[in-house]
Amino acid sequence: MKNSLFKYCLRLGDNSLILGHRLAEYCSNGPYLEEDISITNTSLDLIGQAEAILKYAAKVEGEGRTEDDLAYKRPEIEFYNVQLTEQPNGNFARITARQFFMDAFNFYLYSALKESTDNTISAIAAKSLKEVTYHLRRSSEWVIRLGDGTNESKIKMQEAINDFWRYTSEMFEMDEVDEELIAKGIAVDLKPIQDLWNKKVDEILAMATLIRPEDAYMATGSRKGYHTEYLGYILAEMQYLPRAYPTAKW
Amino acid sequence: MSKTDNQGPLWEVFTQKKPGLAFKHSGSVHAYDKNLAIEAARDLYTRRNEGTGLWVVKSENIIAVQSEDAESFFDPADDKIYRHPTFFEVPDGVKHM
Amino acid sequence: MSNTIEELEKQFQEKIDNEIKIEPKDWMPDDYRKNLIRQMSQHAHSEVIGMQPEGNWITRAPSLRAKKILLAKIQDEAGHGLYLYSAAETLGVSRDQFIQWLHEGKAKYSSIFNYPTLNWADMGAIGWLVDGAAIVNQVSLQKTSYGPYARAMVRICKEESFHQRQGFEIMAKMMAGTKEQQQMAQDALNRFWWPSLMMFGPHDSDSSRSSLALKWKIKRETNDTLRKRFIDKTIPQAEFIGLKVPDPDAVLQPDGSYKTGPIDWDEFWNVVKGNGPCNKQRLDHHKRAHDNGKWVREACIAFSEKQDKRKVIAN
Repeated sequence: MKNSLFKYCLRLGDNSLILGHRLAEYCSNGPYLEEDISITNTSLDLIGQAEAILKYAAKVEGEGRTEDDLAYKRPEIEFYNVQLTEQPNGNFARITARQFFMDAFNFYLYSALKESTDNTISAIAAKSLKEVTYHLRRSSEWVIRLGDGTNESKIKMQEAINDFWRYTSEMFEMDEVDEELIAKGIAVDLKPIQDLWNKKVDEILAMATLIRPEDAYMATGSRKGYHTEYLGYILAEMQYLPRAYPTAKW
Repeated sequence: MSKTDNQGPLWEVFTQKKPGLAFKHSGSVHAYDKNLAIEAARDLYTRRNEGTGLWVVKSENIIAVQSEDAESFFDPADDKIYRHPTFFEVPDGVKHM
Repeated sequence: MSNTIEELEKQFQEKIDNEIKIEPKDWMPDDYRKNLIRQMSQHAHSEVIGMQPEGNWITRAPSLRAKKILLAKIQDEAGHGLYLYSAAETLGVSRDQFIQWLHEGKAKYSSIFNYPTLNWADMGAIGWLVDGAAIVNQVSLQKTSYGPYARAMVRICKEESFHQRQGFEIMAKMMAGTKEQQQMAQDALNRFWWPSLMMFGPHDSDSSRSSLALKWKIKRETNDTLRKRFIDKTIPQAEFIGLKVPDPDAVLQPDGSYKTGPIDWDEFWNVVKGNGPCNKQRLDHHKRAHDNGKWVREACIAFSEKQDKRKVIAN
């Protein structure tokens, strides 16, 4: 149970951390100043969520590690974020697509996790839900604007949706960790969340005059710590200082 | 300047610090439509808990007194001090007025 | 009303002398407007370009706390740029125009941002020294004569107060840390000290624009006055945590102030002219982001036009 809860927390925390990190990378690259500031807000929310949940993960593990140890000293194979979160920023449509897919997932996930029997998880979920509700509102609006904007923006938005589609089923994968925690009312069943997610995605894509891609080969692996090549570079940068100066405090 | 370089129209932002207080002008944002405007305003002007309420209005929709009209608009109020409560004498001892 | 220019100028100067703020719709001399446009846009560009040297370390911030703080700080800078552009726009120049002037090299930004950030202590040095120098200047500017500029400054000063502290905290932590951290901190101070002093601009005796800006109260205090204020409060802070400013001539005087060595103005003018280590990099980054955002801005315009049309049809 302890191991499962620890791993479950890492999944939640790593999703927020890696996505937040990617958005932080985009700072000073926004299409205009107001949007630069807004994206940074989302990034800050996500890193804050990661901090809270990794802190809890460290406590659950009980080995004396901190949230920073978990973020900065774990090897790649022990990261459990879905591969979608680590995909590079590329153009603004790609940032939007990645964000929208994750926001929709997080929105339904946290709505359900608010009822978790684990008090810490339920409290973090309640706080995160407020943030994610706003994130989803924004990313949905961007999908619609870019989809129904100019021809160029429509093409770019559709391409981004198509390219990232293969990374969207990983979010809903469940294994023995989920089974054990669902039975205790700590975790939630991801099947109904997938249905809600699908409905939301269909609704927004329709409003954006975009086409929902067919499911083809869908990427998998993050539940076991297998990632795309991109994560290694993220960690190489992110963990550089704590690993190069292991005794230093910052 | 080509239209495509446009940063969108200017909007004025008003925030309410606490419920019950008056809305106060905070500043402006550029935005292409009202949804983006209220979100940009939220992300810029309330990120330090400055607000419980938020208004945005397109700057072009604000009607201001032109400075050349200022004398005729505002100076006539100068000699009407009886509109202010401190103008009146209330005997010592009278309370709750 | 048929006021002559002379009368208008006299009334204008009277307002300034009586500390009455000038507002956008008020009459103002052309040169006052030009002077403001130059100074405010330079100030706005500095905030926005200033995002880059710190942005350079966001992905490498060594703790979650440090990452959040740095990100929030850079975001503040974007916000301050935005307040200043908005204030400058009240003078009748669009933000597009300001950006174009920046890209064409017609508008400047603070030279300090043309220096690279080479180690994590640079995040400390920037917060402590660069923001520290900026605050000295900005506190003074809260009383500037142009209303929208003064109001933007009040808001900025309120928000900036945490910036200098976070910078100093980084430095203090590193000075209390390992030998390598101490070396990084001293190295950062060595590189940022002189450019920070240059941020206040040329000496009063060499500053051509200063007298008019002071007469109009766009600037409230001279470059040298502000620079001295900064030096006098910063050297003791450095010493307090065991750092040494890279100025062999710096000596404490009986009155508590510091006498310092000569500033290398050749370096200053060289960087102003575009030859600093990062001038091209910073400007190219800004252009690239702006160009990459073009199709997004176009999409927003197209979408809002479609919405307007739909509204008309629906009615």
